[in-house]
Amino acid sequence: MQLRIRPNTSAVLSDATLQANLKPALEKSLLSRDRAVAEVSNWEELRQHAHDVKAHTLSRLDHYLQELERKVMAQGGKVVWADTGAEALEFIVGLLQEREIKKVAKSKTMLGEEIHLNEELERAQFDPVETDLGEYIIQLSRETPFHIVTPALHKSKEEVVELFGRELDMPPTDDVEAITATARAVLRRHFLTAGAGITGVNFGVAETGTLAVVENEGNVRLCASLPEVHIAIMGIEKVIPRARDLAVFLKLLSRSATGQKSTSYVNFINGPRREGEWDGPREFYLVLVDNGRSRILADPELRQTLACIRCGACLNVCPVYQRIGGHAYGSTYQGPIGAILTPQLTSAEAAPEHPFASSLCGACYETCPVKIEIPHILLKLRERVQRSRQRLARHLPLEAWAMQFWAWAMSSPNRYGFLGNLMRRVQPYFVRKGRMRVPMPPFSGWDRYRDLPPLPEKSFREQFRALNKEGK
Amino acid sequence: MRVSLFVTCLVDQVFPQVGLSTIRILNRLGVEVDFDERQACCGQPAFNSGHSDESRTVARGFLEAYADSGPVVVPSGSCATMLKVFVPTLFPPDSREGRLAREIAGRTYELSDFLVSVLGVTRTGARFEEDVTYHDSCHQLRELGIGRQPRLLIQGVEGVRFLELPNAARCCGFGGTFSVKFADVSAAIGEDKVDTIHQSGARYVVANDVSCLMHIGGLLQRRGSQVRTLHLAELLAKFEE
Repeated sequence: MQLRIRPNTSAVLSDATLQANLKPALEKSLLSRDRAVAEVSNWEELRQHAHDVKAHTLSRLDHYLQELERKVMAQGGKVVWADTGAEALEFIVGLLQEREIKKVAKSKTMLGEEIHLNEELERAQFDPVETDLGEYIIQLSRETPFHIVTPALHKSKEEVVELFGRELDMPPTDDVEAITATARAVLRRHFLTAGAGITGVNFGVAETGTLAVVENEGNVRLCASLPEVHIAIMGIEKVIPRARDLAVFLKLLSRSATGQKSTSYVNFINGPRREGEWDGPREFYLVLVDNGRSRILADPELRQTLACIRCGACLNVCPVYQRIGGHAYGSTYQGPIGAILTPQLTSAEAAPEHPFASSLCGACYETCPVKIEIPHILLKLRERVQRSRQRLARHLPLEAWAMQFWAWAMSSPNRYGFLGNLMRRVQPYFVRKGRMRVPMPPFSGWDRYRDLPPLPEKSFREQFRALNKEGK
Repeated sequence: MRVSLFVTCLVDQVFPQVGLSTIRILNRLGVEVDFDERQACCGQPAFNSGHSDESRTVARGFLEAYADSGPVVVPSGSCATMLKVFVPTLFPPDSREGRLAREIAGRTYELSDFLVSVLGVTRTGARFEEDVTYHDSCHQLRELGIGRQPRLLIQGVEGVRFLELPNAARCCGFGGTFSVKFADVSAAIGEDKVDTIHQSGARYVVANDVSCLMHIGGLLQRRGSQVRTLHLAELLAKFEE
């Protein structure tokens, strides 16, 4: 299946409700992120440090993953390696069946979205319940996350009231406290009856076997401690070598993601309940998921994609995301990081438009807390898409042909000058009511929204020549 | 001093007054300007669309033309970025072309940077009694780090009332072939830019890339706005000989 973006843009651009919800929500995120970052005098130093730690870790990923495995096992946890999403799902479903568990309390995990965990659990007759408020809204409305950090960013309060009224019999209200209280009451019952909790992982510390998970609602803590079984799923790129690096990464993540000094809860999970402890799960599993990541790791040009800590700051600052939002991407990951991650997790053929859905403005790189050179990666991916397109097509694609013609014309001043003159000759045929209108490819997209500037009578070089003659 | 002008294909064919203004400014500051007729394009349109072979072919023409020139001055942030940042990546680092590309990149300057950082000039003697705002073009600001120089130059124009553009550093949505491939998204982003231009209260919006200005100007015109676009060089050349 091919993921496309272009067919989706006109609908979202003309969706007045969506546009009205999107703009203020993102402006607010941007403002609080900028304010939080401005408070940190050595922000640039921290970014560089985080970038270096990630680069180092990725260069020895096998080593640190094995260290993490040893440490988690030493604490009584079990570690499962999954090459693919399907393998991870097979393990989770198998375990739940074996333990005869029906209900699963889930905290927010983008990896879970990536491997379609909820669909699979539902298909296998389990009852997964999202316990993050935003994710719960998304689950109730049968959508996918609109944003990797704030999944229900596009929903207005009114829409949530309507949804809770329909799904949870909540009486109409304008009070945010009342809305969250409704969700809390429902979710509490689920926490108390769930047989297993599934969470994601923000950072897996190899040195100590600690899994760090950040959140603002306390739901991760409940998922990881109330049910008898806790399953943490983690992309293999989320390992970091030392506990002390958490000081830097947690600061970068919370300030970049939500503009908070720290999230309300930072969970450090070290395996299952131990002898003498009075709470915590009886069994703890860490599922390490590859699902295409080692292929990215093998590519030195694109490897830094795996440094991403999923803060979502690049989405907020992206002019394209600001206008089309998350669903138009059609992929699990949206915005600039989605544009580079999606074709790499799948293939250049499977997501051929993702690398092109960017004006290459560079705001993503500027804001990225681990300094991933997203614009440069987009360029590399564009090159790969063009190559695969030309390899797969029976005829030379139109764009490739046009570029070859362009290169032929541009590599000779005579040809280039001749074509310029030709354009000036035909220009009068395209002037309508004093305006240039060229409603034909490749200008039609341009022409639909903007006027074209009229060509001058003489090019610069012709005028320069004339000037020089005068001068001599 | 003698410099070589890389005028860019878009200025050459569509906005010649920008090239002529650049020469006027430099001449007035005592800089002689060469123009090599072998120049055409920096190769950016193909490069940004993923056609690196075609980009390389065109960039080669640039390298030939400027192999022995003096400092290269470019009245465009994005073409200067192509020449300074990306063309060197198109060739193997140890090849003759790779070395040449790096050498030329080192002596290539975006116009406002050349005026302020090399010549030490913030006043060109221009006079323009209008309300003016400035849009940062993305490559110039984020790849080359040039945002201060054009503002100093604009504020050095006698009579100008400089009004800072809200979110000046936010992209205008042009993005090269993006403007055609995702024309609706590009235009929607541009509409946001046009809104902030109107908010600024300025009569003229200045930028240092004719590509962004072509996009912004096209949207302004379609909307019937009274605001006009002006390339930085055109503004700085508003003086009597």
